[in-house]
Amino acid sequence: MKKRTLTVLMLMAGSVLTACGNEEITEPAETTTAPDLSKVTNEYRDYAIGEISLFVTETEKFAEAVKVGDIELAKELYAPARAHYERAEPIAEAFGDLDPKIDAREGDIPAAEWGGYHRIEKGLWIDGTTEGYEEYAQQLIDDTKLLRAKVETVDVTPDMLVTGAVDLLNEVSTSKVKGEEDRYSHTDLYDFAANVEGAEKIFRLLQGDLEKKDEALAAEISVRFADVYTLLNKHKKGDGYTLYNNLSETDVKELSQSIDALAEPLSQLGIVTEAL
Amino acid sequence: MNDFLNKEVSRRNVLKAGGIGAAGLLIGASGAGSLLTFTASADKSSTGIVPFYGSYQAGITTDPQNHLYFASLILTTMDTSEVKQFLKEWTKTAAMMTEGKSIGKAAESLLLPPDDTGEASGLDASNLTVTFGVGPGFFQKLNLTSKQPKELKELPSFSFDALEEKWSGGDLCIQACADDPQVAFHAVRNLVRIARGKVQLKWTQAAFQRTKQADTKSETPRNLFGFKDGTGNPDTSSHSAMNNHVWVQNGWMTGGTYMVVRRVQMFIEVWDRTALGEQEATFGRHRDTGAPIGSENEFDPVDVNKKDVNGNKLIPANSHTALAHGDGKKKILRRSYSYADGLDTKTGSFDAGLLFISFQKSISDQFIPIQTRLANNDKLNEYTIHRGSAVFACLPGVKKGGYLGETLFY
Ligand code: HEM
Repeated sequence: MKKRTLTVLMLMAGSVLTACGNEEITEPAETTTAPDLSKVTNEYRDYAIGEISLFVTETEKFAEAVKVGDIELAKELYAPARAHYERAEPIAEAFGDLDPKIDAREGDIPAAEWGGYHRIEKGLWIDGTTEGYEEYAQQLIDDTKLLRAKVETVDVTPDMLVTGAVDLLNEVSTSKVKGEEDRYSHTDLYDFAANVEGAEKIFRLLQGDLEKKDEALAAEISVRFADVYTLLNKHKKGDGYTLYNNLSETDVKELSQSIDALAEPLSQLGIVTEAL
Repeated sequence: MNDFLNKEVSRRNVLKAGGIGAAGLLIGASGAGSLLTFTASADKSSTGIVPFYGSYQAGITTDPQNHLYFASLILTTMDTSEVKQFLKEWTKTAAMMTEGKSIGKAAESLLLPPDDTGEASGLDASNLTVTFGVGPGFFQKLNLTSKQPKELKELPSFSFDALEEKWSGGDLCIQACADDPQVAFHAVRNLVRIARGKVQLKWTQAAFQRTKQADTKSETPRNLFGFKDGTGNPDTSSHSAMNNHVWVQNGWMTGGTYMVVRRVQMFIEVWDRTALGEQEATFGRHRDTGAPIGSENEFDPVDVNKKDVNGNKLIPANSHTALAHGDGKKKILRRSYSYADGLDTKTGSFDAGLLFISFQKSISDQFIPIQTRLANNDKLNEYTIHRGSAVFACLPGVKKGGYLGETLFY
């Protein structure tokens, strides 16, 4: 789950928060014309909606397995289903009310309200049961469908892409790389990889525009993405990834540093929104 | 040139120009930067600026500032041109920061992270010095072994060494010293950020001395054992002393020096239950005055052969001063800081000690013989243990228009 940040509020309200944090002001008027990125934002919108549609179908399969008590099948479907959500996080998380319902971890929200993926994860891996989790499963189906309906209304802006790309990697740095996302199933690397893929999608969509502004930067980002994938591939297992608890301290540090090395240049992506 | 400098925005003036003086406002970390108008303004000169450019790097013979932030880095690229590029950026950035200026472009776009991380905004230059060194691995990774000074190799192991990888080694180092801890940290943080992807942190240490504000009599600072530390240093204001003991005189390292860093844990609980006489015998000096045992004043000469009426040596032969002094011919320039890093969770004792830093023109001829004598016989070893070790070649000074390490890449 996303910790509530300024970014989300900022993008949704189309306004910015001042340094003091409370008062809202409107964005200063642009003095020069910004490049037209509507083609890119439309393509991204299609991508994100596509991922969320898949998320709905895969979540239904997962939740049905929980409802019929097929623990093994549910465990198998858990991580791959979540990957769709993680890829589309910049958009999926824009709904401050749904994100905690779907993706909150234990302790993120009051215990009485805790449901969603991680609640069921705990049932499957820690309690070894689906009994008593049927309701959570149904609720999860309902929430993901609602999410799918709501994303239609999202207005994808260039700002959203630019901030979203780095945000995805920040998610990796602050939770997935430490094994804190999927703390019962230890399938963190699936989420890790999905976040990186989501960030890469944004980069690839903007790559052409970025090259026009700063070719060296675009090249550096490409190289850094390749570095991250090289490391991730070392931990591939079948169609997925090895469990987080199989990683050594060195593996974790390598992965973490590779994300930092990528996110720093990627944080300059915003220059594509500036006039040429 | 002067014109150019006048247009630079000093960190203090940024706040003034924007008309915002509110406490707690971080220019770089928020959208507020863009709301400010950056105007050139008459230089409200900072109280403490140590020039960055010169024949030697600052932070070596510079009068020690109150705080240190030290970072040892691993080089993760083997591409010399990438390294040269970040060394050039480091040069520019360090020069700006030591003048108390914000680095990079003014934070104008709400969609880009600000170039300067902002926590030093509005702060005085605070006598910041940033000193750069390269370790043995630097030459190996860049295929520059023909340039690697013979002096620059891992130290031999000494008796009682208990070195840990997590406090040792490094391909590059940044030593930031300032009279403000946030200014020192800001320097290292921004430099590491600039080279991200090409370097990684190996280990870091924040450390301190008494502040000059607290030390109203400007005495020699005391270490955590309560003794004045630095008395026996060579005179940093003397050109000939520095040429004799510190500055390398030939080759690409001319004007550079070698740096030894040892993270020495001090068992302060044990020390605190040691009688004063024993403490003084350990150092060979009086605690109160810092004078050699049997002498009146701190700077009285150390005479290791001086005897009392019974014919016993006044300064015990196994004391730290006697052993470190030797015949007094070989000297090193110590510039250490104390650290206090929480506790040793295994024992519940303080993890506190000395980030020992010394500069010398030859490690093999100066540091190693001294440390060998100390490691074998020093009474101080009962109270200390060496946990970390690293050696660096501190690059020669940079002239305006030049860059760090220039002579190495010729
Ligand atoms: C925790 C570790 C250490 C502590 C607490 C410590 C403390 C002291 C003190 C209190 C003095 C006397 C005052 C002075 O002359 O500055 C001194 C002198 C000295 N120490 Fe250390 N020291 C430590 C480690 C070392 C190490 C590792 C070396 C390595 C070579 C060293 C070399 C020297 C030298 C050369 C002198 C000056 C001797 C002279 O010529 O009079 N010290 N130290």
